[in-house]
Amino acid sequence: MKPAAFEYHAPRTVEEALSLLHEHQDEAKVLAGGQSLVPAMNFRLARPAVLVDIAHVPDLDRIEATDPGGVTIGARVRHLDLEHNTIAGPLGSLIASTGRWVGHYPIRVRGTFGGSLAHADPAAEWCALACALDAEVHCRSASSERTVGAGDFFEQMAFTTCLEPDELLVGVRLPRLSDSCGVGMAEFARRWGDFAIVLAVTAVERDGDSITGARIALGGVAGGPVRALNAEAVLNGGPATAETVAAAAAAAADEVDPTGDIHGSADYRRDLVRTMVTRALDQALA
Amino acid sequence: MSQERVELTLTVNGERHDVRVEPRKTLADTLREDCGLTGTHLGCEHGVCGACTVLVDDEPVRSCLMFAVQCGSQAIRTVEGLADGDRLHPIQQAFWEHHGLQCGFCTPGFLMLATSVLESRPDIGDEELREVLASNLCRCTGYQNIITSVHAARDQMRS
Repeated sequence: MKPAAFEYHAPRTVEEALSLLHEHQDEAKVLAGGQSLVPAMNFRLARPAVLVDIAHVPDLDRIEATDPGGVTIGARVRHLDLEHNTIAGPLGSLIASTGRWVGHYPIRVRGTFGGSLAHADPAAEWCALACALDAEVHCRSASSERTVGAGDFFEQMAFTTCLEPDELLVGVRLPRLSDSCGVGMAEFARRWGDFAIVLAVTAVERDGDSITGARIALGGVAGGPVRALNAEAVLNGGPATAETVAAAAAAAADEVDPTGDIHGSADYRRDLVRTMVTRALDQALA
Repeated sequence: MSQERVELTLTVNGERHDVRVEPRKTLADTLREDCGLTGTHLGCEHGVCGACTVLVDDEPVRSCLMFAVQCGSQAIRTVEGLADGDRLHPIQQAFWEHHGLQCGFCTPGFLMLATSVLESRPDIGDEELREVLASNLCRCTGYQNIITSVHAARDQMRS
């Protein structure tokens, strides 16, 4: 048998799940789709003594409209359901186009949105999307409840979030994007379905030909998802032209500080940032 | 360290299997060792190769990344459930006719993946089908004959 032995719990309510996490603290891990946790367990990189399976906790699988156009995505909404979401407008389009890049089809059948955020792979698509849109992450423990902005949720260290051992990510709120907001998502990986080497997620609000609010998040260039703030500043107030896009992409490539690894050198990643930002912005401004 | 086993009832290919397994036993190992269904193959055992793909409530799942205790009342389908007696399922027949396999190790996974997608989306286009089939690894065929086989099965199942 590949994984180390563990005690398995399948709570039927959020309260029951939280009480198990409170009891077992960092001995426990939350199991949702298992598409990241179980490989780590099979390698014995992760050896939780207790698994709290949230598959039967009601309501966590729902996508709910909040204020007009915004949504709250339950912790165990699957990648596949987001890829085929029915959320209206640019937000729905951005979620769908991002979702299709997550892993392979069978991974998307099981893997979850909340699981991806809690796992916090620096090259994960959903983490970059959450970062781009300033998502609000709802966390609960047996004794407290808090909402954390994506900027504070992800620590700038791979696979690290602000979640306490006894906390459960219960849902994530994504804000409304206006009907005229342009969105884009571009990713480069060596093989279809792999984690990104570099990816860019963008949402651009416009007033006529003038850019009024640009958001760009990057994955694969740091310990967590990062905003390309200098590139956003280049876009904001500028005309929606190819020249502005080129200047923003150059700014993004300039402001990141990636480290090289077996998948690509730092310079290569920097070059990819320029290309991915250009592609994502071209989609957003098309 | 071994651990207390739990009693489960799995429904595999419409048949009930009562098993006693440790919680850490994957669905793949349970199917092979406790249900005696060795058609499901294990390759990488960490969710990369897709050889162990089975259907859970008709959706493709990597059975090395799911513990048997997670299954509950869901309906599991494995490669053993495809043929109808001596009559091969159209997807199996297509693999036979178009040389969709050489060593056969990855074949059960590809068959289940293809079955799932062709059942749920009989009109899926060539490009999307390629994307879906890219989920699994094959180390012999170079994939082209697998793609040809699934195209043939799609056309056969539609007609």
